[in-house]
Amino acid sequence: MTAVLAVLEQREGTLRSVSREVVTGSRHLAGPAGRVDSLVLAAGAVSGLDRLGDFGADAVLVRTHPAFERYAPESAAHVISQAASGNYDAVVLGATATGRDLGARVAAKLRVPLAADVTEVGSDDGSFVVGRPVYGGKAVQTLRVTARPAVISLRPSVFTPVEHPKAGTVDTAPAVGIADAGRVVVVDVKPARAGTLDVSEAAVVVSGGRGLKEPANFALIEELARAFGTTASVGASRAVVDAGWRPHAEQVGQTGKTVSPALYVAVGISGAVQHLAGMRSSKVIVAINQDREAPIFNVADYGIVGDLFEVVPALTAALTRLSR
Amino acid sequence: MKIAVCIKRVPDSEIRVAVAADGKSLDEAAVKFGLNPYDEFAVEEALRRREHAGAGEVVALSVGPAAVQETLRSVLAMGADRALLLQVAALPADAWIVARALADALAGEHCDLILFGKLAIDDYNQQVGPMVAELLGVPCVTAVSALDLEGEQAVAQREIEGGIEVCRFPLPAVLTVDKGLNEPRYPTLKGIMAAKRKPLEVRPVELPAGGIEVLGLRLPSPRRPGRIVEGPGAVAELVRLLREEAKVL
Ligand SMILES: Cc1cc2nc3c(=O)[nH]c(=O)nc-3n(C[C@H](O)[C@H](O)[C@H](O)COP(=O)(O)OP(=O)(O)OC[C@H]3O[C@@H](n4cnc5c(N)ncnc54)[C@H](O)[C@@H]3O)c2cc1C
Ligand SMILES: Nc1ncnc2c1ncn2[C@@H]1O[C@H](COP(=O)(O)O)[C@@H](O)[C@H]1O
Repeated sequence: MTAVLAVLEQREGTLRSVSREVVTGSRHLAGPAGRVDSLVLAAGAVSGLDRLGDFGADAVLVRTHPAFERYAPESAAHVISQAASGNYDAVVLGATATGRDLGARVAAKLRVPLAADVTEVGSDDGSFVVGRPVYGGKAVQTLRVTARPAVISLRPSVFTPVEHPKAGTVDTAPAVGIADAGRVVVVDVKPARAGTLDVSEAAVVVSGGRGLKEPANFALIEELARAFGTTASVGASRAVVDAGWRPHAEQVGQTGKTVSPALYVAVGISGAVQHLAGMRSSKVIVAINQDREAPIFNVADYGIVGDLFEVVPALTAALTRLSR
Repeated sequence: MKIAVCIKRVPDSEIRVAVAADGKSLDEAAVKFGLNPYDEFAVEEALRRREHAGAGEVVALSVGPAAVQETLRSVLAMGADRALLLQVAALPADAWIVARALADALAGEHCDLILFGKLAIDDYNQQVGPMVAELLGVPCVTAVSALDLEGEQAVAQREIEGGIEVCRFPLPAVLTVDKGLNEPRYPTLKGIMAAKRKPLEVRPVELPAGGIEVLGLRLPSPRRPGRIVEGPGAVAELVRLLREEAKVL
């Protein structure tokens, strides 16, 4: 029987949305008869654990320590690798900012490689076979992970949570074997501008590029994002981040963030390969560009060839009418 | 201050990807290779820290085929003092194996800082740095976009979803660096000339296969051909398509 440890992420006592995807991916690897245990590290109580059973978790292990008030990379890696060692065939994490850091540490403690940022999972004859984008999304690599445990991180927003009812029994106990956070201590977390949702977590991303002509015109992008609702957020091309128009946190692409929202709207962005690297796994892509030959149209599901200064306000108005 | 920088030679991000005859690797014909862009930030940071300290050494290391000598030479031209190539016929897919080779070479170097790129743009693995840290038993902070060093103590910032984490840690340490930390310099003509005489050691190594086997490489399934909507009714038509066809509204 295949046993999988699904490592979930909480922030300030609330389970992060990627967790259900991680449980879903873990269940996929374990198979219907396999075992999936979820592990959450926290300083105290965690909300959002109750529905994990619905998505295929047999048990939910909460391990508490005051050091887990914030991300404590060294202690977290220690507790997870101790839990995993000898007990599980695979350890699965979400490839979030934290998960990317933690996954590599856990793998190193277990002395195995990490199959990182995976977008396809399967098992074949008792071995784990995964697919992952490489070369900036221009190719997909299929890997067989023979190391045990197999440590795998899943790209967020790719694995749609699937219902697969299991017990989901919650077991809370103090984490053992750690004294404090470790040598690397997170002393502060500076929040981004209030009320902004991170591009990598938004269901809709509206990104602007050099076609906006000047920073003040990003108001058009912000208004369009608002018209899509509260789960939308603003992204940017590197050209406008490098020009200082927008913060780096909004940059999408090879040297920015990788996003896979339900809808990605590229406005005044040409679609350079390095930009595509960060957004081509979006489910639906819309491009607004005056240049019919712009490469962004090669990946767009829908495109409007036109002047963004006319199209965007009209689209914002149409969406606003719709939501009334 | 003694600083090591681990660098990778990667295909240029502009390449057109074709799959080689083996069905599992990149067809390297006509592919341009160069220094991994994130490693440029790591090299720059090492040079600045050495310059700031007024003394010290910057050593560049890489695991890879003989052709990596050229990439290491370009790092020497930026200003690194010496370079070491751990030469292999081909890189394994298992990053832990690569990390072990680097850690073995670094064990005798006693560096204050060991710098890596946040990720290699070919494999997006994001793991060699933290693995080397674990093997050497030193603290590690990944995806660093700001760094303050005060003696044996350091403070680094890293971007997370919706904010910035500020981390405190002691040196020696391993850091993987993100864009934003600095603006990498271009090699000067003088630097390029000087690099020709700088030491570049080539040390052949044998690596085991490891725990990850590449079964295949394929091009992503093409996206459904897109639809261009035009004319005065274009916006209304787009909204209709997003609602009724794509069902995202
Ligand atoms: C190593 C490396 C890493 C990189 N990483 C990234 C990355 O992470 N993210 C990223 O985005 N880029 C990245 N780049 C840069 C990338 O190559 C492009 O330069 C950049 O994406 C271009 O940004 P842009 O599309 O906004 O600008 P441009 O390419 O200048 O495109 C502007 C577009 O706006 C359109 N336009 C102009 N006016 C209007 C109008 N009135 N109405 C409608 N359309 C209009 C134009 O037709 C054009 O297509 C990287 C490059 C390198 C070398
Ligand atoms: N073969 C290699 N030789 C030296 N350094 C490497 C090698 N592969 C990766 N690295 C370093 O590790 C970083 C992250 O790479 P990766 O874990 O492959 O995404 C790179 O930016 C380099 O600094």
